[in-house]
Order: sequence, then structure tokens, then C-alpha cells
Amino acid sequence: MEDAGRGRPARRQRQRAALRRDLGADRRLLGLNNIELITDRDLQTNLREIKQVKRDWPDRALIVSIMVPCVEEAWKAILPLVEDTGADGIELNFGCPHGMSERGMGSAVGQVPEYIEMVVRWCKQNTRMPVITKLTPNITDIRKPARAALTGGTDAVSLINTINSITGVDLDSFAPQPTIDGKGSHGGYCGPAVKPIAMNMVAEIARDSETRGLPISGIGGITTWRDAAEFMALGAGNVQVCTAAMTYGFKIVEEMIEGLKNWMDEKGHADLDAIVGRATPNVTDWQYLNLNYVAKARIDQDACIKCGRCHIACEDTSHQAITSMVDGARHFEVIEEECVGCNLCVNVCPVEGCITLEPLAAGSLDKRTGKVVEPVYANWTTHPNNPMARQAAE
Amino acid sequence: MAEGQFKQGIAAGRLAPPEYADNFSDLHPPFDRHEALVEADRCYFCYDAPCMQACPTSIDIPMFIRQISTGNPVGAAKTIFDQNILGGMCARVCPTETLCEEVCVREVAEGKPVQIGRLQRYATDTAMAQHKQFYERAAPTGKRIAVVGAGPAGLACAHRLAVNGHEVTVYEAKPKAGGLNEYGIAAYKSVDGFAQAEVDYITAIGGIDVQHDKALGRDISVAELASSHDAVFLGMGLSGVNALRAEGEDAEGVQDAVDFIAELRQAGDLAQLPVGRRVVVIGGGMTAIDAAIQSKLLGAEEVTICYRRGKEHMNASEFEQDLAASKGVTIRHWLQPKSVIDAGGRVAGIELEYTTLRDGKLVGTGETMLIDADQVFKAIGQSFDASPLNGSGNSIAMEGGRIKVDAEGRTSMAKVWAGGDCVVDAREDLTVAAVAAGRDAAESIHRALTSNGRA
Ligand SMILES: Cc1cc2nc3c(=O)[nH]c(=O)nc-3n(C[C@H](O)[C@H](O)[C@H](O)COP(=O)(O)OP(=O)(O)OC[C@H]3O[C@@H](n4cnc5c(N)ncnc54)[C@H](O)[C@@H]3O)c2cc1C
Ligand SMILES: Cc1cc2nc3c(=O)[nH]c(=O)nc-3n(C[C@H](O)[C@H](O)[C@H](O)COP(=O)(O)O)c2cc1C
Ligand code: SF4
Ligand code: SF4
Ligand code: SF4
Repeated sequence: MEDAGRGRPARRQRQRAALRRDLGADRRLLGLNNIELITDRDLQTNLREIKQVKRDWPDRALIVSIMVPCVEEAWKAILPLVEDTGADGIELNFGCPHGMSERGMGSAVGQVPEYIEMVVRWCKQNTRMPVITKLTPNITDIRKPARAALTGGTDAVSLINTINSITGVDLDSFAPQPTIDGKGSHGGYCGPAVKPIAMNMVAEIARDSETRGLPISGIGGITTWRDAAEFMALGAGNVQVCTAAMTYGFKIVEEMIEGLKNWMDEKGHADLDAIVGRATPNVTDWQYLNLNYVAKARIDQDACIKCGRCHIACEDTSHQAITSMVDGARHFEVIEEECVGCNLCVNVCPVEGCITLEPLAAGSLDKRTGKVVEPVYANWTTHPNNPMARQAAE
Repeated sequence: MAEGQFKQGIAAGRLAPPEYADNFSDLHPPFDRHEALVEADRCYFCYDAPCMQACPTSIDIPMFIRQISTGNPVGAAKTIFDQNILGGMCARVCPTETLCEEVCVREVAEGKPVQIGRLQRYATDTAMAQHKQFYERAAPTGKRIAVVGAGPAGLACAHRLAVNGHEVTVYEAKPKAGGLNEYGIAAYKSVDGFAQAEVDYITAIGGIDVQHDKALGRDISVAELASSHDAVFLGMGLSGVNALRAEGEDAEGVQDAVDFIAELRQAGDLAQLPVGRRVVVIGGGMTAIDAAIQSKLLGAEEVTICYRRGKEHMNASEFEQDLAASKGVTIRHWLQPKSVIDAGGRVAGIELEYTTLRDGKLVGTGETMLIDADQVFKAIGQSFDASPLNGSGNSIAMEGGRIKVDAEGRTSMAKVWAGGDCVVDAREDLTVAAVAAGRDAAESIHRALTSNGRA
């Protein structure tokens, strides 16, 4: 929508976008970068189509995503028009990193917590519709904008929007990609590659003492039911999908629905309450991690295909803790005297489940340090190497 | 008169012209860019990669595949040629299923190896199409080396010597260079004159003078070469053919399989090449398979390979055997030739005796059977013909009927090295093994010539 709400369900075929993909093994899409140019669809068309969609699908919730200039009149003007479509709610797009932000919309607002609070308040005062505030990840501490949205009265937050990025440089024309007439600009990055960043941000908001309990709509790289479940476990009450649908079409959502059902049945989770936020309490700050926890990598020799990746990764960049030859034969085995349990080998092994990190039981000997594994939890706050802890003890 | 496939006897033109082109097209068509990228993605970039250890020329396979996947096929070709200047031919003819691909970890993991041979071809074809020459010759050393035989061993040796700054003269008995690449390899493995294109690519480095129609033992002697050159490399391959030792093997229609294949490889028009209606091939190696398949592809109605031991003993790989079967060749085991049935001087069939292993020894059971045939190919192995060597009165030590060499490829005679099929080698008789031997002998010659100035 030109200068206005972007009707999510509305057709976008005439909206101009430059896209560029990053491919991984087996030509799989890892990430997508888009630079949205400006739509040539007018507001009236979008509103008409939104209305039609709601009429056709009355039993579905329809949320309209809106972005207008950062002045109260503009918001006051558009809200009744959206309300009139019969939509169930609005999402304030404070996340769009291009096109809009340069004109005081999108992430330009999303990067200034005071503006977020102000705009959310305007909206809450001028509409009966629930308000979801969509956050930009292009900010250092995601808790700040979330707190501001809450203070402004938002009903929920959704995150993340796309991440500023340049996905490549055309080495013939020396133009950044995506390229528009020889030039490029930071576009928004999304898809599987952004999932870890998004999940951290979701968890940060879910466990923040000020925003805890604020409904979250999780977004960012969700491609499989597992991705959706993970976001929900970290505190998202629902999830949104963009790149996966752009890659595979809407059918991909069926796999997510069926996969989630199957997993919940298998594990006996009766409803979403049984999973939403279940992982949040396990996200903690670094200083509270148990430093007495010791784990060692173990290689399942029957599963190992002897590619040697674990060895060379550990040898060259970690702790020289995996053999390559034993008694003259190619053999990959963890040297417990050297293994620090860093998990690198697990990450590089191409065979699922072949290398596992096995915790050492309390009371057993850690062959690397020569010390017995302590049965008690102890973290950095009390660690002898911590100068603060030392001072406190003295 | 019966036509086409059913023409009696040994006859040409059994097929319609387009069928020849179809039958003799590329066995493994080249990868296009997309296929190469998809396949290259499958490689795990293994540490101390098993595939690399299994390659007789030790090509850095994970490296060249990675170069392909990052869009640098020309760099990949250099990685290949650094170890194996005949990497283009090897990519086409190596029995990869028993070499690099057999031990690929993805073969271990999923029974589907990375297709190393085809990727190797993609890289080398790309570079050769661009006429990329990667090597500059070192400053001239003033040393002159004679290479006998322009097969894979001789060519690999000559190229490495030229790189190192030496002057090389290659003496080749045949009118064309390439050895069995030109005269022996199955036609569908080396299409479009690749063997000659590769010879040109290799000799383009300069410093390699190939003298055709110059046979050792006839036109030149080892002693002459040794006195007029600083070193000599013998890469003469195997020119003798083992006899069947079956009665009547001189009948018309009984032929050496290698000669038949050489004729086929040199034929301008395959429709002019005669082949039997019923063909029997005696043997169990690559040559037997190739002769049988190509007879079939020329339009023979019935082609039977008879091998005197079991399937598991055949030298031809499982893949080659399956390929033969898929082309309609019948492979029969535990049969040895007894006598050729002669009808008025022409072969009409072959009598074979069943065999068995008794106390580890192969023996005939006494029971026999008959197969009708109007053409019989002998493919029971080639042998080294030592006569060209000793004609000069210099004796070179032999072992197991071939030239004896040390780990560096030196023969018992001063200044003389040897490698490839003409040498006893634990490795099989393979193009890639011959390349490795030629290359290594060149390095040994280079070391000898540069350390003390004489071999
Ligand atoms: C029918 C057949 C099919 C084969 N298929 C395959 C295959 O698919 N894959 C594979 O890896 N291997 C295959 N091989 C084996 C492979 O071709 C050989 O191992 C390889 O060619 C050996 O190389 P070379 O240089 O030692 O000998 P050759 O290739 O035999 O070259 C020897 C050269 O020396 C010349 N020469 C011989 N005597 C003299 C003389 N007195 N004076 C001067 N020159 C002389 C010859 O003319 C020839 O050019 C096949 C072999 C045969 C017979
Ligand atoms: C082509 C394209 C256009 C987008 N347009 C918008 C938009 O108009 N408003 C918005 O809030 N987010 C927009 N996004 C961001 C997505 O809604 C989503 O937040 C982001 O892509 C991360 O999710 P994903 O990994 O599932 O794609 C767009 C993304 C893409 C790829
Ligand atoms: S990375 Fe995995 S499969 Fe490869 S050698 Fe190590 S344990 Fe085996
Ligand atoms: S030369 Fe042959 S064995 Fe070596 S990597 Fe290439 S195809 Fe495999
Ligand atoms: S063994 Fe297979 S996967 Fe490993 S480097 Fe070789 S080709 Fe690649």
C-alpha cells in the first residue's frame, strides 16, 4: 500500500521488489534479501481486497499491517478505513528497513523507543482493534522497543522483521546485490539464516522482567514444524511465515500444521499452553551457566562414515582432541584427555546423531583436568577466576 | 538373403546409419553446469580424503570439487592436471567404481558416491575448451631424454620432463600417439577424437618431439638411445596377445579382441566395419567386455562372453559386467575353450569345456558344450613382447614376463627407466596407473639428472 497499510493478504504482484537468494548445499535457500521499491497499488484497491478476503473467510482472523508517516493525523486517518474492512486487528510495521524508514516510517520509528510508544498510543486511542507492534531487529537491545510498545499499550509484539544486509557483490559490475540499475542498498534479510537471531530476540522479550507475559508473534526463518515449535517453546504464542511461503508456496504450511500435530500427539501435549514458553525458563544469562558441568564428545563408530571432518576441525581450530589414525588405520575417536566439550565436531559431522556430547556423571574423573566432577552447581558468580567473586569472598 | 542383424557370417552394415551414432555416443554424457554444481555440493571436503588415497595419481579430489562448487572449474582443472596431465582421459575411462568412488564416504554412507569422474571431466573439459595451459617450462637444462611409446605412461613422463626443462623425443611405433587411448579404449568412452585432442593439449607445452612410425627394435635400439640421450623411459605397453591354446584357433574368423577394437577405433565409418552374427568372446577382463559390447553395438545378434572362472573372479568390474548385460551380452562362467569348430577354414562354432576349482586349482570337468559362432574374439590377456629390448644385446632384467623396475621406476640398466603396462606392477593395468608411473619416473629422472648431472 502506497504510504499506507500493507494489506498482508492482498496480492502483491505489482509491488516491485528486488530479491536475491543465498544458496546452501543441495541448492537449498538459506536466506533472501529484498529491497522493496514502492508499490503502485493504491490504498483503495488494497482496502477493497482486504474487505473481500474477510468476507470470503469470516472464520479466519485477518490482521492488517500498516505503516504511515509518523504524525498523528496520518494514523487517525487510516485507522477508520482499516476498521471498515472488518479486519480483526492491525500490525504496526516498525520494522521495514528500507524505503519507508528513509521517510520517517518503518524502522526509523522502530529504532527509537519513544516514537514506538507514541505511535502505539495514538493507535490504541483511535481504534477498537487490537494492536500488534512489529519490531525491527536492526537495533542493539530488542528489549528496549518491546518495553516501549508495552508502555504505549500494545496488545502484542511480533518479531523479527528483516535484517539490514548486502547478500553479495557482483564481481563483474562491482555492484552490491540485489542490484537495481547498477546500484544496491542494504536490503532486508530473512529466511532460514535469520532464525537463530530471531529466536534469541523472542526469548529476550519473553524472559524480560518488564515484558514477560506480553503476547509474542514469532517471525524469522520459520520453514518447518520444528522451527515453529521452537519459536513457540521460547515464548511465541503464534508464528508467521514469509520466506518459506515465498520459496515453496502456501502448501508448506500444511507440513507445519501436520508436523506440529504429530509432535504434540507423540509427546502428549494437550494444547498450545503445554508448549508455549516451556523453554523460556531455560534461557539464562551466561554467568549462571553451571561451570561444574562437564561433557565429552563421543563418536558412534557404527554411524561414522570416516570423512574426517571432526578431526580436522578439532585439530586445526579447537583442541586436537580427535584422532585420525589408530594403529595404522583410519579411525576417528575422541581423546578424552583433550576434549573440552566445545561441540564443534557435533556441528561439522555430516551424519545426524553420530557425534554426541555425553555429560560426565558427578564423581567421575575428567581426564583432561584430572579433577573429579563436582556434584554441585557452581557458576561464574562464585568462580575463583572471577575478580568480583574473589573480592566478595575476601 | 537375410538382412541387417540376421545376415549370416561376418558382415558390415547390420544397422541403419543413425543407430551407429546412437550406439556409440558418450557412455556418460558430460555434466552441464547445473549438474556439476549439484553434484559438487555433495562432497564433504573430507580430511585426508579416502577418494584421494584411492586415486593412483593422488589427485586432490576434495579440493578440485570445492573449486567447481565455488565456480572455479578452471582452477579445478589445474588441481587435477598438477597430479595427472591425462586427467581428461582418466575422467572418461577410470573404473571409478573400483577406485576413487568405491571408497567415497558417501558410497559408504548412502551407496551413492560423489560422481568424481564426471566432475573431473567437467573441470578438465572446461579448461581444455578454453585452451588453458597451466604450465611454463623451467629454464632449459640441456638434458635430452628419449621416451619409447606415446601411450599414457610415455605422455605423462614426457610432459613432466618438459615442465622440468628437459628436451624430450618420443619414439612411437604407430602412426598416431595416445597408445591404447587411441587404439584400445572403448569407442563410447572417448568420443569426438578426444584422445588426439588430449595428445595435442599435452604436447602444446613444447619441448616434446613425437616421432611417429619409429619402433624400438626395428628402427632404433635401447643401446643407441641410451648413448645418444641422458636418460631413456620405456612405456611400450603390451603388444603380445596370449594364445587360446585351443585346437583350430587359426581358423578364419578367430581374431584378437584388441586388434578388432583398434580397427573399430580407427574406422572412419562404423557401418563399413564387419562383425559376426553370432560372436563369442573368450576372456573375463575389460578387453573382453569392451569387445563384446562393441560387437553388440555394431549389430551382432548374439554375443556371449565365456570366462573360465566365476563371476567373482572376473577382472572386469561389477559395473562393466552390468553394462555388458544391459547391452544384451550374455556372460557365461566356468567354461574354457577346447576347440574351434572349423567349417571349410572358417569358424562355425566353439567347443568349450566346463571347469571347476579342485583343491584351489582350475580343472576341466570333462563335460563339454558347443556354441554356434561365426566370429570368436580372444581376450585372455596381453603379454609383454621383450624382443625389441634385447635386440641390441643389452639385457634388461625381467620379472613375470615384464620389465622389472625399482620403486622409482628404474630398470636394471643404467640410464633406463620404465613404467605403465610393460612393467610388473602391483597395480592393475589401467590408464591412470600408467600415468602415475610415467609421472613418477619423470620426477626420478629429473632428480637423477639434476643432482649429479647424469643418470
Ligand atoms: C581393450 C582395452 C580396453 C581398456 N579399457 C580401459 C579402461 O576403460 N580404463 C582403463 O583405465 N584402462 C583400460 N585399459 C588399460 C589401459 O589402456 C592401459 O593400462 C594403458 O593404456 C597403459 O598405458 P601404457 O602407456 O603403459 O601403454 P599403451 O597405452 O599400450 O601405450 C604403449 C605405446 O607404446 C607403443 N609401442 C609399443 N611397442 C613399441 C616399440 N617397440 N617402439 C615404439 N613404440 C612402441 C605403442 O604403439 C603405444 O602407443 C584397456 C586396455 C585395453 C586393451
Ligand atoms: C519480499 C518481502 C517483503 C516484505 N514486506 C514486508 C512488509 O511490507 N511489512 C512487514 O512488516 N514485513 C515485511 N517483510 C518481512 C516479513 O514479514 C518477515 O518479518 C521477515 O521476512 C522474516 O520472516 P521469514 O524469515 O519467514 O521471511 C517482507 C519480507 C519480504 C521477503
Ligand atoms: S565427522 Fe562424523 S562421520 Fe566424519 S569422521 Fe567424524 S564422526 Fe565420523
Ligand atoms: S584419475 Fe581416475 S581414479 Fe583418479 S580421481 Fe580421476 S577418475 Fe578417480
Ligand atoms: S570421499 Fe567423497 S565426499 Fe569425501 S572428499 Fe572424496 S569425493 Fe568428497
